[in-house]
Amino acid sequence: MKEFKTITEISGPLVFVETEEPIGYDEMVEIETPNGDVRRGQVLESTSDFVAVQVFEGTSGIDRQSSVRFLGETLKMPVTEDLLGRVLDGSGRPIDGGPEIVPDERRDIVGAAINPTAREYPEEFIQTGVSSIDGMNTLVRGQKLPIFSASGLPHNDLALQVARQATVPEDVAEDGEGESEFAVVFGAMGITAEEANEFMDDFERTGALERSVVFTNLADDPAVERTVTPRMALTTAEYLAFDKGYHVLVILTDMTNYCEALREIGAAREEVPGRRGYPGYMYTDLATIYERAGRIEGREGSVTQIPILTMPGDDDTHPIPDLTGYITEGQIMMDRDLNSQGYQPPVNVLPSLSRLMDDGIGEGLTRSDHAGVSDQLYAAYAEGEDLRDLVNIVGREALDERDNRYLDFAERFEKEFVDQGFHTDRSIEDTLDVAWDLLSMFPKSELNRVDEEEIEKYYEEDESETVEATAD
Amino acid sequence: MSQAQDIDIDDADGVIESVSGPVVVATDLGARMNDVVYVGDEGLMGEVIEIEGNLTTIQVYEETSAVSPGEPVLNTGEPLSVDLGPGMLDTIYDGVQRPLDVLEEQMGAFLDRGVDAPGIDLEKEWEFTPEVAVGDELEAGDVVGTVPETESIDHKVMVPPDFAGGEVESVEEGSFTVTEAVVTLDSGEEITMRQEWPVRKSRPTVDKQTPTTPLVSGQRILDGLFPLAKGGTAAIPGPFGSGKTVTQQSLAKFADADIVVYIGCGERGNEMTEVIEDFPELPDPQTGNPLMSRTCLIANTSNMPVAARESCVYTGITIAEHYRDMGYDVALMADSTSRWAEAMREISSRLEEMPGEEGYPAYLAARLSGFYERAGYFENMNGTEGSISVIGAVSPPGGDFSEPVTQNTLRIVKTFWALDADLAERRHFPAINWNESYSLYREQLDPWFVDNIDDDWADTRQWAVDTLDEEGELQEIVQLVGKDALPEDQQLTLEVARYLREAWLQQNAFHDEDRYCPPEKTFLMLTAIKTFNDEGFEALDAGVPVPEITSVEAAPKLNRMGTASDYEEYIADLKEELTAQLRDLY
Ligand SMILES: Nc1ncnc2c1ncn2[C@@H]1O[C@H](COP(=O)(O)OP(=O)(O)OP(=O)(O)O)[C@@H](O)[C@H]1O
Ligand SMILES: [Mg+2]
Repeated sequence: MKEFKTITEISGPLVFVETEEPIGYDEMVEIETPNGDVRRGQVLESTSDFVAVQVFEGTSGIDRQSSVRFLGETLKMPVTEDLLGRVLDGSGRPIDGGPEIVPDERRDIVGAAINPTAREYPEEFIQTGVSSIDGMNTLVRGQKLPIFSASGLPHNDLALQVARQATVPEDVAEDGEGESEFAVVFGAMGITAEEANEFMDDFERTGALERSVVFTNLADDPAVERTVTPRMALTTAEYLAFDKGYHVLVILTDMTNYCEALREIGAAREEVPGRRGYPGYMYTDLATIYERAGRIEGREGSVTQIPILTMPGDDDTHPIPDLTGYITEGQIMMDRDLNSQGYQPPVNVLPSLSRLMDDGIGEGLTRSDHAGVSDQLYAAYAEGEDLRDLVNIVGREALDERDNRYLDFAERFEKEFVDQGFHTDRSIEDTLDVAWDLLSMFPKSELNRVDEEEIEKYYEEDESETVEATAD
Repeated sequence: MSQAQDIDIDDADGVIESVSGPVVVATDLGARMNDVVYVGDEGLMGEVIEIEGNLTTIQVYEETSAVSPGEPVLNTGEPLSVDLGPGMLDTIYDGVQRPLDVLEEQMGAFLDRGVDAPGIDLEKEWEFTPEVAVGDELEAGDVVGTVPETESIDHKVMVPPDFAGGEVESVEEGSFTVTEAVVTLDSGEEITMRQEWPVRKSRPTVDKQTPTTPLVSGQRILDGLFPLAKGGTAAIPGPFGSGKTVTQQSLAKFADADIVVYIGCGERGNEMTEVIEDFPELPDPQTGNPLMSRTCLIANTSNMPVAARESCVYTGITIAEHYRDMGYDVALMADSTSRWAEAMREISSRLEEMPGEEGYPAYLAARLSGFYERAGYFENMNGTEGSISVIGAVSPPGGDFSEPVTQNTLRIVKTFWALDADLAERRHFPAINWNESYSLYREQLDPWFVDNIDDDWADTRQWAVDTLDEEGELQEIVQLVGKDALPEDQQLTLEVARYLREAWLQQNAFHDEDRYCPPEKTFLMLTAIKTFNDEGFEALDAGVPVPEITSVEAAPKLNRMGTASDYEEYIADLKEELTAQLRDLY
């Protein structure tokens, strides 16, 4: 270990130290203040005569007399199966009063990239029991599917509902995989104690805590620490998935706070900022988090990620949702209007997307009509939504019968398909049945996205007659 | 420097002065710009990108955690190069041409660092058939023989472009490795199946010509409205989730190129895995052979080192040029050029260069045009003709096309396929906006379509364009007063345009039949909609009300033309039905 008392400059979260010996890039650092406080940090830049250190717990109280120790290794996460059931702080230290953690191994938290040739393409359907997800934005094992939300919207309720209800129907699970267990890794970054409790209470009530590892960096915890919390969480998740065979669901909330911490560090380093002051490398940085979802050939487990972010100003072109959307495999979009109408969960399916849906659904996985039904629902709802604007101007009477039917559909779609409540668990059959109920409002010839055989099989004849009768 | 060569360390080696992410500064390094160096105790591969006095700045192609000042830097004295030879097809590389399957064998599922592997297998023997004889005079670029590289492609062995040439002294025939001489010249030059070429320098040709043949894509909206030429350039910008990757992959699968180079530049790992899993299974519509046998993949995903992302487009286009030199038509897809530009920005900002627009380096425009300039329809040194078509995806922040990468790209490329978030939201795929997109090749390619597909190609296309234009104008009125307020003929036009959009422009990339649409089918489908239009207007003239015309039983069948398995019969029958039913109305 190399120890120096040669701090030359302290600026925001950064400390600059003169060194006589070479220090490795990314190495861990401990800084001891004169009153004995120990802060942890990491080397951001190393030159032959000085080193820039980013301090996780904040620099207040550090002075030029503080001593700086370089630990000679990069930041590690102690991993073991015993982490299940434990609650840790944002740097991976237990805060639940439980026994000390005896690690199996200590792993670098900057995970190496999975070689694309070693990946297995994700295609196992996860039934979340939520129609707007299962029916139209299907989640599969190994996917990264964020929730794009905004302040005041019930994204946590949706995340909890998914964590509670997620199952993989037996006939979808690959052979011999029956025994693989399910685990949750929860990484909280800068959320309020109240929000954190909401999660903890639900985990405890449902017994989920036993199969969970919880990392908490709360709103009043050091901001810089947030840059390591998700990496701690994902290192644990990878270990559980790829070494121990668990199917791990990783919930990271709130990625917006993570990005704010990145911005803070960038500003302290006086970097040339990118869009709206966020670092130019934020895309790459976020990718090193989100890309740690997936499956690996020949390994049992999987890492599925549901990151949550709140869009500043409800704006999905803001760099945080924008860069996230460019990396993740779709997004579930929460909607303020639907929420104010009381719809639960207030998912707006139109801007939502699951890119891995196509290979995860259909015959043998969900049902053969799934893809067509989903496409048809999208097209019909989009058309109904458009007409709502028109109706405001010209009134319903100016619309023809076809248009009126689309308007009715949009209404019923939101009430019956989307608004199922946070405590209703719908099987994929239930979801598709609700969908056919709605689609049968249209004459068969309008259903041009669904195969003709499927229409014959699932179309509900009387449904359209009743509607036609009322429309006349 | 290519990894196939023995490293010849000279005394011009240096010492690390500082490390910051992918950027390392060394002192006392006697290297030239763009030389490849090996950095630190682990020998991480890097490239010299700036020299200032005794300080040399290096971009490192691997993770630099724990690398520290004082460690050595070794100079190879060679620029970043690729190995060119048989074995590049049916292979997946990272951004500096390391075969990913070899890396997996050496270090398992996760990409470790400090591991090198040659771009082409140096041990493998290939069957060489000469095409020259002793006494022949050869010049640089000439073909000396062929090697069956894959089921689909014969690899041509050529005299390297920088050779002097001369008279053939000896010729071999049979099995050889890529490093053994197969032809020797009286100049003393030995020709092997392997060449090396620096990635940042384009391979020489004789002449660039005006392209007149389309790169047939099998995508209706592209072939029909916005065709790309063999040797042309196209940009496909769009916000996240609008269909850039799906379109690029469809092109990689179905375009009638001989060779496809697909570059995943800073995008998702799973997307590359999908290609690796799908392409060996899918048949090439031209040859029936597995698609992989004409494909070279380059994957530098978003979480792989950013410096190697910067170089991956050059690695790709140099490989493309090598096949072009053999006389092949090559299609290169880069998904996404924005990630490449961001890699430039990231490196540039670490160098503390003066930033240009939005933090991108001032040389952004020059780099982009330098890259697209390497596309074209060429006369090669050996007299053959070959082409490189380049299709670059662009990922504008916030979907806003006014940003520097989109704008600088649009100044160069001749085809613009604008993706539209609104269309994608309503699942109108491909979400290519037909009002904003354009192809400057349209007129010069029309003769080919007229000769090869149908005399009426250009006229029918024009009818479709006009109808869609008219719909756009009418929709604005409808938004104000509703459809019923329009005169009858305009109502009918709206209905026809709806079929153009839903039955013709839309194409489902995931439907076994619909995903590939040969231009013959593209044309026939259009004529069916035109039949509905023409017969419909006849009926209207005869006094039939619009609702009766639009609700003829056969009309919705137009929507199933794309997915019909025997489309010729389906469309012929449908036209007859439409005509009969519409004439029955009066
Ligand atoms: N031609 C098509 N047919 C059917 N679906 C399509 C088509 N094009 C796009 N899609 C749908 O849109 C989704 C997103 O497309 P894609 O992944 O190509 O977007 P992208 O523009 O590459 O986004 P990003 O910039 O985030 O990579 C796909 O997963 C698919 O569901
Ligand atoms: Mg993409």
